[in-house]
Amino acid sequence: MKIIHFSVSLLITLALIVLLGSKMFLQAPLAVLLSPQQGVWQNAEPADISYSADFSFPQLKGKAEVYFDERLVPHVFAENDADAFFIQGYLHAKFRLWQMEFQTHAAAGRLSEIMGEKIGTTDVLNKVDRYFRRLGMGYAAEKSLQLMEADTATKNMCDAYTAGVNTYIESLTEGQLPLEYKLLGYKPEPWNNLKTVLFIKYMAYDLAGGESDFEFTAAKNALSKIDFESLVPLRQDSLDPIIPIGTLFDKPGVAVKAPASADSLYFNYNKDSSVLPALPQKPDKDNGSNNWAVNGRKTRSGYPILCNDPHLGLNLPSLWYEMQIHTPHFNAYGVSFPSAPGIIIGFNDSCAFGVTNAGRDVRDYYSIQFKDASRSAYMFNGEWKQTDFRIEHIKIKNKPDFIDTVAYTVFGPVIFDDRYANRNNDGKSYAVRWKAHDASNEMKMFYQLDRAKNYDDYLEAIKNLHTPGQNCVFAAKNGDIAMWCQGEFPAKWKRQGDFVMPGTDSSYMWQGMIPQSENPHVLNPERNFISSANQLPADTSYPYYIGAGFPNYRGWTINKRLSQMADITAQDMMELQTSNYNVFAEMARPVLLQHMNEALLAEDEKKYWDIFKEWNLRSDTGEAGPVVFGLLWESLEKEVWSDEISRIKSNFVPYQSSLLEGILRDSSFKFVDNINTPQKETLSDDVMAAFKKVVPKLKASEIEGKATWAKFKDTHISHLTRLVPFSRMHIPIGGGTHIINAAKADHGPSWRMIVSLTPETEAYGVYPAGQNGNPGSRYYDNFIDTWANGKYYPLWVMKKEEIADKKVKFKMSFSN
Amino acid sequence: MKLIASVLLTALLSFVICLYMDWWAIAIAAFVVAVFIHQKPLKSFITGFTALFLLWGSLSWWIDSRNEHLLSGKLSLLLPLGGSSFLMVLATALIGALVAGFAALAGSYAREKK
Repeated sequence: MKIIHFSVSLLITLALIVLLGSKMFLQAPLAVLLSPQQGVWQNAEPADISYSADFSFPQLKGKAEVYFDERLVPHVFAENDADAFFIQGYLHAKFRLWQMEFQTHAAAGRLSEIMGEKIGTTDVLNKVDRYFRRLGMGYAAEKSLQLMEADTATKNMCDAYTAGVNTYIESLTEGQLPLEYKLLGYKPEPWNNLKTVLFIKYMAYDLAGGESDFEFTAAKNALSKIDFESLVPLRQDSLDPIIPIGTLFDKPGVAVKAPASADSLYFNYNKDSSVLPALPQKPDKDNGSNNWAVNGRKTRSGYPILCNDPHLGLNLPSLWYEMQIHTPHFNAYGVSFPSAPGIIIGFNDSCAFGVTNAGRDVRDYYSIQFKDASRSAYMFNGEWKQTDFRIEHIKIKNKPDFIDTVAYTVFGPVIFDDRYANRNNDGKSYAVRWKAHDASNEMKMFYQLDRAKNYDDYLEAIKNLHTPGQNCVFAAKNGDIAMWCQGEFPAKWKRQGDFVMPGTDSSYMWQGMIPQSENPHVLNPERNFISSANQLPADTSYPYYIGAGFPNYRGWTINKRLSQMADITAQDMMELQTSNYNVFAEMARPVLLQHMNEALLAEDEKKYWDIFKEWNLRSDTGEAGPVVFGLLWESLEKEVWSDEISRIKSNFVPYQSSLLEGILRDSSFKFVDNINTPQKETLSDDVMAAFKKVVPKLKASEIEGKATWAKFKDTHISHLTRLVPFSRMHIPIGGGTHIINAAKADHGPSWRMIVSLTPETEAYGVYPAGQNGNPGSRYYDNFIDTWANGKYYPLWVMKKEEIADKKVKFKMSFSN
Repeated sequence: MKLIASVLLTALLSFVICLYMDWWAIAIAAFVVAVFIHQKPLKSFITGFTALFLLWGSLSWWIDSRNEHLLSGKLSLLLPLGGSSFLMVLATALIGALVAGFAALAGSYAREKK
């Protein structure tokens, strides 16, 4: 009898342990998560936590101190560079480990390994992992790693950084594991230099992977040349390029020529109805940024001011981690990438530096003709050429591995073939030639920029930047300001690679690279300022084809404002950087007003039209005008374009400027007529039809309490897992697309920085998150309100003798 | 007296053993105490239950108040427990209590068996 009692109670105990400790019956292993000594309670950081500590690690060469200020920004003082990078790795890991591993797993096509085959309805295996592998992310990173490790400076830097990350990982107890590991049920693996390079390749994907070659090819196949050029023109009327118009360019060092067959095989407009594949995901089209610098003639202090705000996807934890690194060789302050050593955007004792995306098309596709289904040979220059295969071994959580064998050609990996295609499955194969596949050592740029003393040092540093190409702004205390549109870019004939190219011979391959010295650049221009906001770098006098589709409007506003401003202070720059003025609406409103017959509007419709008419053109939080304008413009685009582009078998979208410039140039713009109706529509018909369709939406948004801009736009910053409780929702902030304050729903100014290069540097900055990636920390999202309100923090460039300053909250000591 | 001593010992042993082992080691602690300090089955159950209810409840309550309920509020939405920090603490205490209660019960029967 007693044995039964014993057995039953023992069984119940074991059953409870299994039930509560596994995900078999419940969503989460509740007991594992809730056990106070190991589970998620351990991540609930005391509000008055002290991060002060003494560490001793044999890998260190000397002593170092880290002083954390009240925002938890570390100020690292090390006796040598290697120790500084070791500590940077340690701190990145301490505050951002899960994010670092997640980002680099994503870059490597390894998300299924930790997240499973699907997240919700998202097919992680096919849309992320196989895609990134077929894009050659791992292949590219391995090549660049070799180059990076062949350079002593960058190898030492990355080795020290990696050692710092791993020292932290090894010190972790079960309870100290970041929260996300506990929730997702896995453990961190050791860090290595390849992961750092993978992260840089992820940035290349995000910033140098925005082409629309398949979409454009589909459009070319369905449209006449004239129509195609109207929808996606090579040059926009409102262009104000990065390099001032009138700048003289040298004769090109590399001559390129379109192949003889181009007219028949490539520029074959309106002649093909085949369906093309579509990339399973694309970077946000507004990945861009603003940067500018003015020289001392325009500032109150007489010294230059440099500003930068990179527009990227906004996430928690942030892409950025703010810090100061001080060694006998350099003293740099700014934001770093958790995953890479060095300061990426920032300043040192001599100069400041920042970037905006160059947005050039450095990824092209070639149609491949395989000999047979084995893909072992492909036609190239009249003979069958042997294929190389790279076997991609994808681990999947709770499932057997997936093995993808990717064919490699002279162009690069075959991204789409009969084994991988998401729109067509007709067996056609396309290889991708991507500049990021070529070995490059971008870490060297950051290594050198952080210690740059003058323009020449800056120029030497940025020569290491090949992909993703960036507009690198520079200003120095000696008064110099400069901008280089830097990267290694293929020299292309006009429209080369805008469409998928024939890949059966070498005639359509890139014929050379633009020599670095011929990249558009400007040093100390007469207008006393430089700026870039992702627009076309140079006017048509630049002797190379640089592509099209660059956003114009932010750059246009910035240049206009900067040319008017004088006696500039850092405060003025804050106002400019957070300006919500909508120049696109300024240009579009007159033509819309002119083509609206208000007499035909009903009372309730008139109310909304008046809001638009009387709007102050600022996309501020409480304005109703931007809601009306935003919806109206979207509706007008549909009204004007959809009849023509519905014939295009792809997600092709014309440039936003094409409609505006088309109707500004000529109100009888050809596309305003709906080709599917017998009568001929006018612009007035379209404006009226577009507006009538918008009114019900405006009424609905009013009922939902979303009639004003911030509520309508609904900016939010999501945790990387998209778990809502770890995200900040409904953030009241104005701005948006085409606006200097480019804050969209989940994308925008990821770091705002203003540096006044006075003898004692005066700098300000803010990013929308916090220094600690732990959702259980009060430093997790404490900068967001400041950011949303357009406010800045003074950036404290701490000096060694200021260790007693009351801003110092915690101190970590490191020794060997 | 025996009950109070058993409760305290179970809680203490659970705390120490969990410094080195996974959460389920609380079952070992509760079992061992019930075997060595023999009580009637019901009393043993109450001992294990109370010990871990108090231990896990007070540990999580202590951590939660020092954290000013920041994380428990978020996690409570996730589980979902409606954003209530109190329910998070209660759930924690109950899970520990149940496992330890039944383990102590088994311990009591194991001793009676002899």
